[in-house]
Amino acid sequence: MILVLIDHDRGVIDPLSLRALTAARKLGHDIEAAVIGSDGASLAAITGEYGAKVLHVAAHAALTDYTPMASGRALKDLVEKLKPAAVLAAGSPRGNEQLAHLAAFLDIPMAAECSEITLGAPHHVLRARWAGNLIESANVHSDLLVATIVSFSIEPEAVQGAAASIAQFEPDLQPADTVVKILSRDSGETKGGVTLNDAKVIVSGGRGVGGPEGFGNLEELAALLGGTVGCSRVVTSSGWRPHAEQVGQTGTKVAPDLYIAAGISGAMQHIAGMKNSKTIVVINTDPEAPILRYADYAIIGDLHQVIPALTSAIRQAKG
Amino acid sequence: MDVLVCLKRVPLAGGTLILTPDSRDIETKHLGFGISPHEENAVEAGVQLVEQMGGTLTLLTLGPSDAEEQLRSQLAIGATRAVLIETDGQEWDPQGTAAALVDAITAEETKFDLIIFGAESADSAGYQIHIRVAHALGRPIVTNVKSMKIENGIANCERVVSTGREHYEAPLPAIVTVRDGLNIPRYPSVPGRMQARKKIVDMKKAEPRVPKLEKVTLALAPSKDKGAEILGKGADAVPALVDVLKQIGAF
Repeated sequence: MILVLIDHDRGVIDPLSLRALTAARKLGHDIEAAVIGSDGASLAAITGEYGAKVLHVAAHAALTDYTPMASGRALKDLVEKLKPAAVLAAGSPRGNEQLAHLAAFLDIPMAAECSEITLGAPHHVLRARWAGNLIESANVHSDLLVATIVSFSIEPEAVQGAAASIAQFEPDLQPADTVVKILSRDSGETKGGVTLNDAKVIVSGGRGVGGPEGFGNLEELAALLGGTVGCSRVVTSSGWRPHAEQVGQTGTKVAPDLYIAAGISGAMQHIAGMKNSKTIVVINTDPEAPILRYADYAIIGDLHQVIPALTSAIRQAKG
Repeated sequence: MDVLVCLKRVPLAGGTLILTPDSRDIETKHLGFGISPHEENAVEAGVQLVEQMGGTLTLLTLGPSDAEEQLRSQLAIGATRAVLIETDGQEWDPQGTAAALVDAITAEETKFDLIIFGAESADSAGYQIHIRVAHALGRPIVTNVKSMKIENGIANCERVVSTGREHYEAPLPAIVTVRDGLNIPRYPSVPGRMQARKKIVDMKKAEPRVPKLEKVTLALAPSKDKGAEILGKGADAVPALVDVLKQIGAF
């Protein structure tokens, strides 16, 4: 049996977890899923649809929000009871963090950011390094494989399974496990609405935008397409845009239907965060910009002319 | 306030990576070395804390003896002293690295109030060393911190996610991993560089362990040119792009 951690935010599933479930199914074992916190029990239907037979729900009065060390403890309790062959999760910051706690509790190796897994003795994995530019072939010497699945390496595939049956348990939490948890949230500098993670369209700007005022045009285009604005690292480190909008290895990894990269040359770490987008359109004055290698369509030109022209043309076409 | 910052020497690869003939490592003959961007923020945070609250800032790394170069350049920013755990030049797996760091930390006379790591290394992307160190030392850990204040013995931390900010607290002694954007790392001053030459770098040895996450080979990720269709130049190309966007159902 393979156990998959389904990450969720107060009952709302992280869609990357469905990709991890799909990756687990390819290994030809029974699949069971685990959620941390009783509000995750609402995910029985969707985890079943993606192939999990059982949904283990770690329920405890202290588990009302993200508490990474407690997640590790709960998974450890499950592993000792269920003896799975592997524990997998999405290679998101939270997926990596929670499984690292599990691996630390058990003092066994963890293979992060895997694109391929072969169970055996030793287990074998291919994993992404250097912002996805290198693939490491590695052996994992441990009975239990703890691994995360690199974002967007696999498309989520439903199997139309029945809802997973719920198996609730109370993890044996120690005081230290619940010291670090989310105490509060605020929307920060984000304006609410569509976030990078769920946007179907992202209009992203880089150094070529020239300054904070230049993003007005990008915002207008993004709004017209029902999307949101993203940016490269130089933009946030120059203070032109909030950090929550940064796309890349050091920001958010995204894979929208349409990614428009305006004035972004394409540093390795930016490419790592957007190369899995379905359609990539590049607007750049430099016909040699590295990002062109990843583009489906490109306009060579100044974004300050192209973007406003595009916005008004789309407005016209929409009528 | 005594702060420890953990660093890693990494090659400064530009656009393209080249592998060594045995495909076990990146060819670094023509590359410079540095530390990850997140780690520059970690050092800056440590320097600022010591400036505000007094105390010491110690740097710790595990790597080849050449990593002294990275320690010296960060000592020039304002750290007090540094410790280098010298390896055979091979890459150690995360468990072996974490164990050696823990041994070095517990051997120190100073009981560090705060240990800071960069959120991820540029090269290995293991996402675990900091957590293993926290478990071994029995300390709370907050990861991916973009804003931090130390008040009344508590590290108040914020993480930035796509929906906004999350707040965490960790009572000291604690561990945090920080991200690019936490602060603006300063450049070393000329006097800072002069002083750094005289600062102490303690060299330690540690025995490598048999890796449990065992690297076999590296390969370059396939990055074939998608062969972008160039729709034209400047605003004249906009109608062609509108057609494309219509086709893919963008509006």
